[in-house]
Amino acid sequence: MKRKRKIRIMVAKPGLDGHDRGARIIARAYRDAGFEVVYTGLHQTPEEIVEAAIQEDVDMIGLSSLAGAHNYLFPRVVELLREKQADDIVVCGGGIIPDEDIKTLERGGIRKVFTPGSSLDEIVKWVEDNVDPR
Amino acid sequence: MKSLIEKILAGDVRTVARLIRDIDDGIPDVREVLKELYPFTGKAYVVGITGAPGVGKSTLVDQMVAHLRKRKKTVGVLAVDPTSPFSGGAILGDRIRMQRHSMDQGVFIRSLATRGHFGGLTQSTRSAIDVLDAMGKDYVLVETVGVGQDEVDVMKSVHTTVIMAIPGMGDDIQAIKAGILEVGDIFVVNKADRDGVDRTVNDLKQMIEMDQRRGREGGWKPPVIKAQAVFDKGVETLLEQIDNHQSHLKETDGVINFRRRKKIIREELEDMVKGRIFEEVSRHLIETGAFEDAIESVINGEIDPYSACDNLVLPALRIETE
Repeated sequence: MKRKRKIRIMVAKPGLDGHDRGARIIARAYRDAGFEVVYTGLHQTPEEIVEAAIQEDVDMIGLSSLAGAHNYLFPRVVELLREKQADDIVVCGGGIIPDEDIKTLERGGIRKVFTPGSSLDEIVKWVEDNVDPR
Repeated sequence: MKSLIEKILAGDVRTVARLIRDIDDGIPDVREVLKELYPFTGKAYVVGITGAPGVGKSTLVDQMVAHLRKRKKTVGVLAVDPTSPFSGGAILGDRIRMQRHSMDQGVFIRSLATRGHFGGLTQSTRSAIDVLDAMGKDYVLVETVGVGQDEVDVMKSVHTTVIMAIPGMGDDIQAIKAGILEVGDIFVVNKADRDGVDRTVNDLKQMIEMDQRRGREGGWKPPVIKAQAVFDKGVETLLEQIDNHQSHLKETDGVINFRRRKKIIREELEDMVKGRIFEEVSRHLIETGAFEDAIESVINGEIDPYSACDNLVLPALRIETE
């Protein structure tokens, strides 16, 4: 019997953003790659996302934002994880993110930002290469 | 180890979450923790909620949590969703309906995938119930899609099983009947504003009437409740019936604690023994390569699969018992 840990990921939509087609497609791709994906639904505060991620013991949080508030919401999630001593959880993001914001987000602890045009294969591969199930 | 147990008993969320992960991932060390934890379990009241996909299980569980919180009770939720048999992955979406409770320190919600290893769901869910129990939750709600033997088995090890149906799906009841109807203590017909609700309620009542074991003098007769979980209708009635069922268990069995109920202990131990034998034997067969060799032998026509099975299992069992 195999004793391999399964990667668990939370896909979350922070803030006032009603579009989750992209997040659902990502969730689906992760599932097809053999990961367990917890989806929290729309309109989540960073606090709610972090609390849920800890309860679910995920290895990574994937944040999706198409509404422009990523510069606040994404780093806030990282900050809260740190406060809760759960910053071993990898945070990455995706959505409509201008190039000039990516550096800021990376400085704020977001490990990787995927923008429109990223292929699903690339997004899945990044997880396989960078996320180590505890 | 001692500090780990203390953290769990103190309700430390991260520790509990990680322990459940270890249980789910089948980490062997977890057994030692569960052994230590066992004396602190048996206090929570465990309710199972099951029914076909789309009947409203997560929505009902969300409302039940809200009502139990109003009664100042703490709640643990285990929401089980199926693993894809092709990729081994899963999308766990039950949480979407319950996220409003995520900031409430009195509520712990965990999504589990069925994963599909032999007897795995039953055992890991039972262990996860134990952990939530030990962390001090007054109620543990277990939500599963009611298909498959494993899930019926999970429902056997809860105090009260709630089975959900919706109107207009005549065949739905047929599907429930096969296997899980017998374990239902309370039936909820959700989405009761839909056409055909009375018919569904009557069908269920008739089916319960026909069950010979029910309705005996002093026996528990499962009530059928109409509900609209999304509008919070019928939820309070459901909780009252759960209370009634709890009192009934107390009166008939004398004890409410699982730990003292022979039937449940027998089943749990039986499953544990089966699972452990399977685990140890299969680990041995895979490590020694004996399993792969046997496959080749069968393919090459050197041996029939029945004899191959004997050759694999019998010596392996002897090795494990030495």
